[in-house]
Amino acid sequence: MKICISSTVDSINGLADGRFGRCPFYAIYDDETKEYEFVENEGAKAAQGAGIKAAQIVVDNGVDVVITGNLGPNAIRVLQAGNIKIYKMLGDKVKEQVGYYNEGKLISIDKPGASHMGIGK
Amino acid sequence: MQIAVLSGKGGTGKTTVSTNLAKLINVRYIDCDVEEPNGFIFLKPQDIKSKEVSIPVPYVDEDKCIHCKKCVDICQFNALVHTDRVILFEKLCHGCGACRAVCPTMAIVEKDRPIGKIETGYSDDMECLSGTLNVTEPMAGPIISRLKGMIDDKTTIIDCSPGSSCNVVKPLLGVDYAILVTEPTEFGLHDLKIAVELVRKMKIPFGVIINRMSQEDNATSKYCKDDNINIIGTIPFDRDIAVMYSKGELLINDEKYKKMFTDIMSNIEEAIGCSL
Repeated sequence: MKICISSTVDSINGLADGRFGRCPFYAIYDDETKEYEFVENEGAKAAQGAGIKAAQIVVDNGVDVVITGNLGPNAIRVLQAGNIKIYKMLGDKVKEQVGYYNEGKLISIDKPGASHMGIGK
Repeated sequence: MQIAVLSGKGGTGKTTVSTNLAKLINVRYIDCDVEEPNGFIFLKPQDIKSKEVSIPVPYVDEDKCIHCKKCVDICQFNALVHTDRVILFEKLCHGCGACRAVCPTMAIVEKDRPIGKIETGYSDDMECLSGTLNVTEPMAGPIISRLKGMIDDKTTIIDCSPGSSCNVVKPLLGVDYAILVTEPTEFGLHDLKIAVELVRKMKIPFGVIINRMSQEDNATSKYCKDDNINIIGTIPFDRDIAVMYSKGELLINDEKYKKMFTDIMSNIEEAIGCSL
């Protein structure tokens, strides 16, 4: 199973990024290898459809679970179409999120936030 | 001859200027402020004919789709996505046709998606056109392009939307002269400078009309003089104007304002170097 965390940097010691569509990186944890891989979010710079592009990247990487802060209506539509479960991150450390998920401490996100909230940060 | 009326800041008087000038010299009027057209309120055209405007969006035949994702990869607007099948985000689609062109199994056909309408009518014998974008639609461009395509050689006054984005650039393409309508406030001046930069970049000769002017000595007049910008007219901050406007009346129905617009017209003709 692969768990994806939206991240501010390409290091597991960094802070998670609350913006699903506009974060610079995704930290993808593989629970078989117990390793993290970092993927750049090419959707971050998109003029339009950033959330869509970001969700496509996540789908293409075979992710099963996304842990993030907020995402908009377009991103959530894609992730739900791909049967990917979405959870709200706890605290702000990338490396703690998988632990929280395994302990069942994360709340699932079923509804999107407002669109275009990640711009300008 | 095409004359565009823009402003930068909204609410400065573009529609007031464009409807009154068009009616005064009896030339075609086109409302390109398709998100909020209002010219017809004052011109009151009759025999209005309405035509729907659509853009082509892709429709995928799932029997032919081989899930290669070439359509997703080629889309510059992130309107297509693939999970177990191709999903279209309609409102992001610009109707460019790249997805259909690139599909190796011809699984994509185009279907028309309505986004608005164009209305045409006559105010006495003056032709009037107005575009309207449907509520919730994000893209005004296709309707504006369609309106521009309806302009032939007849002299036309084009009423633009506020701002200086694509929605203003499109109507400005190919015009012979631009009238920038402003108001003597800080906000008006700030946005006027952006509009001036735009018309200069597009190399369109232009002049400024200062609307709602109460003092000769103001920052906007000074800016125009300092920057060698031709002030082709000023409209006073009169209560009578506000009253007529609030009733949806053309100002030229009042003799003193008819003279004012006639003088503005002479200044424009002098600036362009021909009569209209």
